[in-house]
Amino acid sequence: MANILDIRRRIRSVVNTRQITKAMKTVSAAKLRRAQESALAARPYLQMLTNVLKSLVSRVDIYDPVTGLPRHPLLAERPENNILLIVVTGDKGLAGAFNTNILKMVAKFIAKTIESKPDRNIDVECIGRKGRDFMRRRYPIAPERTSSADGATGVSPVPPGAEAVLPRAGRVQIVGEHVGVLGKVGHNFANTLSQSVIARYTRGEIDGVYILFNEFKSVMAQRLVAERLLPIKEIGEVDVLMAEEASLEERKKRIEAAKSAGVGVRPSDTSAADEAAAKFGTSPVDYIYEQPPHQLFQEILPKYIGIQIFHALLESVAAEHAARMTAMDAATANASDMIDSLTLIMNRARQAKITKEIIEIVSGAAAQ
Amino acid sequence: MDNTFQLEIVTPSRLLVKAAAEEAQIPGLNGYLGILPGHAPLITELAVGVITYKANDATHTLAVAWGFMEVLPDKVTILAEAAERPQEIDVERAQKAKDRAEQRLKSNDPQVDYRRAEDALQRAETRLNVAKDK
Repeated sequence: MANILDIRRRIRSVVNTRQITKAMKTVSAAKLRRAQESALAARPYLQMLTNVLKSLVSRVDIYDPVTGLPRHPLLAERPENNILLIVVTGDKGLAGAFNTNILKMVAKFIAKTIESKPDRNIDVECIGRKGRDFMRRRYPIAPERTSSADGATGVSPVPPGAEAVLPRAGRVQIVGEHVGVLGKVGHNFANTLSQSVIARYTRGEIDGVYILFNEFKSVMAQRLVAERLLPIKEIGEVDVLMAEEASLEERKKRIEAAKSAGVGVRPSDTSAADEAAAKFGTSPVDYIYEQPPHQLFQEILPKYIGIQIFHALLESVAAEHAARMTAMDAATANASDMIDSLTLIMNRARQAKITKEIIEIVSGAAAQ
Repeated sequence: MDNTFQLEIVTPSRLLVKAAAEEAQIPGLNGYLGILPGHAPLITELAVGVITYKANDATHTLAVAWGFMEVLPDKVTILAEAAERPQEIDVERAQKAKDRAEQRLKSNDPQVDYRRAEDALQRAETRLNVAKDK
């Protein structure tokens, strides 16, 4: 029979744990709310940028009239021999299966990519500590570059035949690690990353750029996606290659957690703002262009990639907080269950002890 | 017709300004543009500089670094890569950025990207100027 004192001690420890998980849940809920707001606040900019690009497309001859090929290097498709994968995970754990799910998908993505074309090279950029740790255990880090041309803004077309040949550490290698940038997602970071990605793309080191992250439209609408950033097939269209919806059960849990934490489940109404943003740059009037449209186009296109990365980061952060909130809600419920069953065991043990004592007294009295 | 136009300034992270303005001065890539209600439709890229606008008889200034703008007769929308109100500017950081950029420009190191350093210097100086008008 378990010692009453031991059980009592365990109950106390579980109560303490429950307090912590509860606090973590509240914190995550508050952070989620903020992340949701900032993701929402960032929408008009993306929308407007997309619109301007779209309306410019009709004015600029992006496609060469003779060959029918796109003129801008970022729009040109070429055989994907080397691809870059940007993996967005969280910096911290205790968020249920959030990081695991993304990393599972990454593994699947890499396996599939290599399977379809065995001599393909994959470069990986990790954003978030958890993803970095996972990738480091599996894949080597790329050898140090000798030329520090990375990150330069000078975008020059690739000279034919001058393919950059860099020593590789392996078929799949880690080329970049970004840890601790998710606490406060800055547009600057996204922009710097996109500039370096674009530079590598235009130099011909990579032929395709994909980003894997947890999409977050609302607490209800979340999924894991692999999107293609480069080359751009069609402006304003998201090019999703792989997507995984959460299971129904998982979604139910999320909704429950969100309700108990007082976070809105449905996306806030943004239709008015979206509508206003959709009008940007598309009025049926003849604009005066201060710069030639193709120059504007050249300038805006790289920003478009930057803002897409920025959005992916914002959404991933929101999703991470939502996942943590759900996990902590479940943990709190589990702790409560455990306390209940332990209390029951303790009461039973105490009753058994009392009964035993009474029997001893009674039988002692009867013996005299 | 009313003598104001709708001015909206949007940055990647938020909608910064939404106001009925009487006039605005905006740093276009080819020089400053003065805009009054009823301006002809125009699209332009923005340079690094200061946006000044007048709304409700008060003049506001903002530091802006790259963006672009759509002008319609009754509405002006600015998409700015970075835009800050005077009170939001981190003077210390701007000063540091200025010093750093100046140092780079002075050094004769061939590795320095002069264009980038110049841009950085200009941004820092604009920020410092705007911050003074607080």
